[in-house]
Amino acid sequence: MPSLKDIKRRIKSVKNTQQITKAMKMVSAAKLKRAQDEIVAARPYAEKMLGLIASLASKTSPDSHPLLASTGGNKVAVLLYTSDRGLCGGFNTQLLRITERFLREHSGSELSLYLIGKRGTEYFKRRGIKTLKARAIGSGRPNYSSAVEIANDVISAYLKGELDEVHIIYSRFQSALTQIPVSQRLLPISTPKAAETKEEADQGEFLFEPTEGAVLASLLPKYVEVQAFRALLETSASEHGARMTAMDSASKNAAEMIGALTLKYNRLRQAAITKELMEIIGGAEALKG
Amino acid sequence: MADNFLLEIVTPYRKLLSKEVEELTAPGAEGEFGVLSGHTPFLTVLKPGELSFKKGSELGHIAVSRGYAEVLPDKTTILVDSAEFAEEIDLEASKELLSKSEEALKRLNQDDPEYSSTAASYDMAEARLRVKEKQRG
Repeated sequence: MPSLKDIKRRIKSVKNTQQITKAMKMVSAAKLKRAQDEIVAARPYAEKMLGLIASLASKTSPDSHPLLASTGGNKVAVLLYTSDRGLCGGFNTQLLRITERFLREHSGSELSLYLIGKRGTEYFKRRGIKTLKARAIGSGRPNYSSAVEIANDVISAYLKGELDEVHIIYSRFQSALTQIPVSQRLLPISTPKAAETKEEADQGEFLFEPTEGAVLASLLPKYVEVQAFRALLETSASEHGARMTAMDSASKNAAEMIGALTLKYNRLRQAAITKELMEIIGGAEALKG
Repeated sequence: MADNFLLEIVTPYRKLLSKEVEELTAPGAEGEFGVLSGHTPFLTVLKPGELSFKKGSELGHIAVSRGYAEVLPDKTTILVDSAEFAEEIDLEASKELLSKSEEALKRLNQDDPEYSSTAASYDMAEARLRVKEKQRG
């Protein structure tokens, strides 16, 4: 049976926790707003880029550039995005689960990992899977230059023949409540849908400067950069969304717990008072008699 | 009165500009080119430099980095890594970048992997300064 003092101490500690979770929720909400704005701001660029690639790729054969052609090898790399920090509910668990599934499905291939985010790095530290590189997401806004670095690493390994396929696993931001972990093939670049390309073809022949091949060659690495950047943005927005939701329910749970503990405290206090009264009355009765 | 066409400039961070203009001059990799409404469909690589557009008596200058331009008869889209209006350019920082990259270029060999990126930042700094100069008139 805990004493009154014990319960009081617990209430205080739960209250402290609640204060922290509340603050974290606020911070995440603010960061989420910013991250969402960034996704929206980055969208036109990504869409234009995809449109350009689609119209170009339809006019050239898949063998014209090494980033388009499949090499047919079995060295598969996974580019995994996780968060740097925990306390965001099932966010990282979901990403790691889909990664594990991917690794199981490709168990026949020579697998390697490129880890972005400390959580994933820690998880795979002792799994015995080759890690190409591990880096943190870093604090602050997602940076285009870090996406460029990631893309350059992957592309140079791919062009050297160290990798035959690169897949990307990140969390797609749906809303603050839903984040969907997705896995996509990044390299070799799959030629986008035919429907889009038809429309472009109607607009007549394009002139290219310097040449079609040269433009495509400089566009394709850009495409990888854009994808890496988008994954970075989406994952970071998802992280804040997940943390906000997790912290919201944590605050609610804390409030519930405080309620239950306060009730218990009051009951115990009342019981103690009653007991004391009984003792006094009993004592008085004894003296009378 | 010349016809107008839509000019859009987008970077990974934002949509910088979406505006009807009469005339555009952009730094292509193979040399500067001008665009008027009704241009043949055309796709080119851009090098860092100064992009200017005109509408009536209104003139605009923007410093752009490496990127692409897609020209259609009624619309031109510029995709660049970064683009800045004159008001956004930090004069001191650009000067510093210019002198820094100039020195780095002297040390580097043409074949160095860093050479092209350093040359790009040199061009970018130069373009920023030129744009800034224009703004002051």
